[in-house]
Amino acid sequence: MSRRLLYLLPLLTLALMAGFFAWSLLIGRDPAAIGSVVVGRPAPPLNIPALQEGQAPLTDALFKSGKPVLVNFFASWCAPCLAEHPLFMRLKEREGAIVIGIAWKNKRDEALAWLKRLGNPFQTAGLDLEGKAGLDWGLSGVPETYAVDGNGIVRLHFRGPLIERDLTDSVIPFLKGNTP
Amino acid sequence: MIPELGHFALILALCVALVQGTLPLFGAARGDARLMALAPTAALTQAFLVILAFLALMQAYVASDFSVANVVANSHSAKPLLYKITGVWGNHEGSMLLWALILSIFGAAVAIFGAELPDSLRSRVLAIQALIGVGFLAFILFTSNPFARLAPAPPDGNGLNPLLQDPGLAFHPPLLYLGYVGFSVTYAFAIAALLEGRVDAAWARWVRPWTLAAWCFLTLGIALGSWWAYYILGWGGFWFWDPVENASLMPWLAGTALLHSAIVVEKRDALKSWTVLLAILAFSLSLLGTFLVRSGVLTSVHAFAQDPARGLYILCFLLAVTGGGLTLYALRAPGLQPGGLFQPLSREGALILNNLLLCTLAATVLLGTLYPLFLDLLTGNKVSVGPPFFNATFVPICLALFAALCVGPFLGWKRAELWPALAHLRIAFAVAVVAALVAAFAIDQSSTLAAVAFGFGVWLIVGTLAELATRLRLGRLPLRESLRRLRNTPRASIGMTISHAALGFVVLGAVATGAWHAELIRTLKPGETVSFAGYDVTLQRVDNVQGANYVAERATLAVTRGGKPFTTLLPERRLFVVQRRQVAETAIQTNLLRDFYATLGEGDANTGWTIRLYDNPLAPWIWLGAALCALGGFVSLSDRRLRIGAPTRRRTVQAAE
Repeated sequence: MSRRLLYLLPLLTLALMAGFFAWSLLIGRDPAAIGSVVVGRPAPPLNIPALQEGQAPLTDALFKSGKPVLVNFFASWCAPCLAEHPLFMRLKEREGAIVIGIAWKNKRDEALAWLKRLGNPFQTAGLDLEGKAGLDWGLSGVPETYAVDGNGIVRLHFRGPLIERDLTDSVIPFLKGNTP
Repeated sequence: MIPELGHFALILALCVALVQGTLPLFGAARGDARLMALAPTAALTQAFLVILAFLALMQAYVASDFSVANVVANSHSAKPLLYKITGVWGNHEGSMLLWALILSIFGAAVAIFGAELPDSLRSRVLAIQALIGVGFLAFILFTSNPFARLAPAPPDGNGLNPLLQDPGLAFHPPLLYLGYVGFSVTYAFAIAALLEGRVDAAWARWVRPWTLAAWCFLTLGIALGSWWAYYILGWGGFWFWDPVENASLMPWLAGTALLHSAIVVEKRDALKSWTVLLAILAFSLSLLGTFLVRSGVLTSVHAFAQDPARGLYILCFLLAVTGGGLTLYALRAPGLQPGGLFQPLSREGALILNNLLLCTLAATVLLGTLYPLFLDLLTGNKVSVGPPFFNATFVPICLALFAALCVGPFLGWKRAELWPALAHLRIAFAVAVVAALVAAFAIDQSSTLAAVAFGFGVWLIVGTLAELATRLRLGRLPLRESLRRLRNTPRASIGMTISHAALGFVVLGAVATGAWHAELIRTLKPGETVSFAGYDVTLQRVDNVQGANYVAERATLAVTRGGKPFTTLLPERRLFVVQRRQVAETAIQTNLLRDFYATLGEGDANTGWTIRLYDNPLAPWIWLGAALCALGGFVSLSDRRLRIGAPTRRRTVQAAE
């Protein structure tokens, strides 16, 4: 009998592989999608000066408040950041979200002028002129947004501008405490 | 009208294949000679019809018939004639038709050369071939029709992917398919043998030439693809462990194992069920490669027509072919009579070791290729498996294989002594150790693995030649007598010697290029000079050139060595106007011992141009070695004992007793 099973082994291997292939095809997986290395891990270290001179620097302490926090990397020179800006205003005003803004490779004056002109959705904003914090966070460009839960664990990572669907599907449920 | 003729020919071919795939099977089961006699006729008819369809598509390409959607999508009237022709298979639909074409030609070849086969075996083989053909023809007709018309016809086409407009790649797919599809014949033989319930020496003798032919073509196809990647992608490397490359390497490894295990079946009547399994696997891995490349399940630098619907079809087809084959295997293989007995230390034992190692290699490649997919599906984690994985797994197993490779041919059948074999190899061993030490201390102190691998390359060459020398008793007998022995050596043995030694050259080239190349990326303005690997390279000027269907920037790089002119390199960066796509045209100066390799990157007169320079020692040996390896296969194929149809009926009866 065990000898018979041995002869069945190739067929079983095939069945297993085919199952994976069919699964992959049927869920419409995009193999080119890049995952995130930070999701599911503690938020990377943060230690950057505040965007507004004279304010306290931004540190990891921001993630230890016990409340969910959104971290948004932006720049005044970035058009998609402009596009997602109203969504952050709404998150702040309607949902009371705590959003930390980080001006990435952006001159201080220009970033401040940008926020002054459009409105400031951020509870605190920091400056990452050299892009070092971006490196720690696995940033590939701006805008990118991370959702960090009350325990300081990164739960969501959006590359590119947030859109309406992201808000309804994941960001607002996340803020309400539904950890994805 | 011609495209419609092609379309109808294809439909007829499908009908013929349906007949050929069913009636002869019944005939063979019932012993009905008339039904069995249908198979060869049907095979020839089917080949004729598919050739007709293929020629019709080729005509549409050559005449730039832009009422055919496939031509519009992949051709352009300004394209050189060669690329109009190769454009036929430079796309999904056309390449599937090429696959069906080669499949039907192989079927016809079995019909013509297989006249000596027993009727039932031949009709079963042809029927299985036809069933595979049904799968492909239906796939083409129902999901990927190359003859679909477009109305109104546009004035001109979109042009062929510029990367494919290259002589190296023009012939890469046909060779590769000759390999992949060639394994369909061994698959058909394996299934037919399982249906007959008999695997014997005669069967192995019939299968081996087909395996050997498929293997030779696959070797050439892979080598050509690797050469193309080397000079057109402009990254200086020759193998990237890309899923598409891996897809072609897996059937090659399984086919190589099959080639060797079939010898054991032929000579010793052992390893039968294993050999049958390998024959099924070699073709299944070919299909798996096709599935991976075309379904969009994996990403790759070779973006092919990626379409989940087609992916699902190929998956079902893969399941039918592989699943059907393996089910039959699970049912019938336990009943195959075990053959000759042998000690672990014997030629048979060595060939089993060879098979184990080759199959482990194939499994390693399979795992490395599919692991990202499995992990992503199970955990959502994205990883990419690249050279570090394969260097850590593939290379050590290869080294074990190389170590055993030279010893195996010295061992006798049934039982053998290890020490006499090793004694024959002591000179080869000494030379290899010296080579590794020289490599370690003179060339490269940092990478021990490279030096060791280099030593193995030398070991393969010298050890293989030592086997030939022993066979000829070179130095023990007068030279004339040795030469007489050489003439009398079977071509199969000569072929083995050539292929094994050629593998050594591939290893040397790969190790030297991979570990000891020099690389420089620098922005140069015209007139500037840079020192590189003992050469001085001056960017003299960058000109604009007009090609047939592209415009290009061409750099003139003057290379001098010690003040004396060495060569002038003219790398180009071509912009294909129709597709708005840029392709680097590498300039390579080779003296067969090293490649001096330059590519031209982005730039302009103010900031300078990015120039990449590579000095790749022994790089040409990789492809020359691979070509030599295939040549060894062809020499072996010309052996009289293996010539198709040579085994007579009388011998069959004896072997089948």
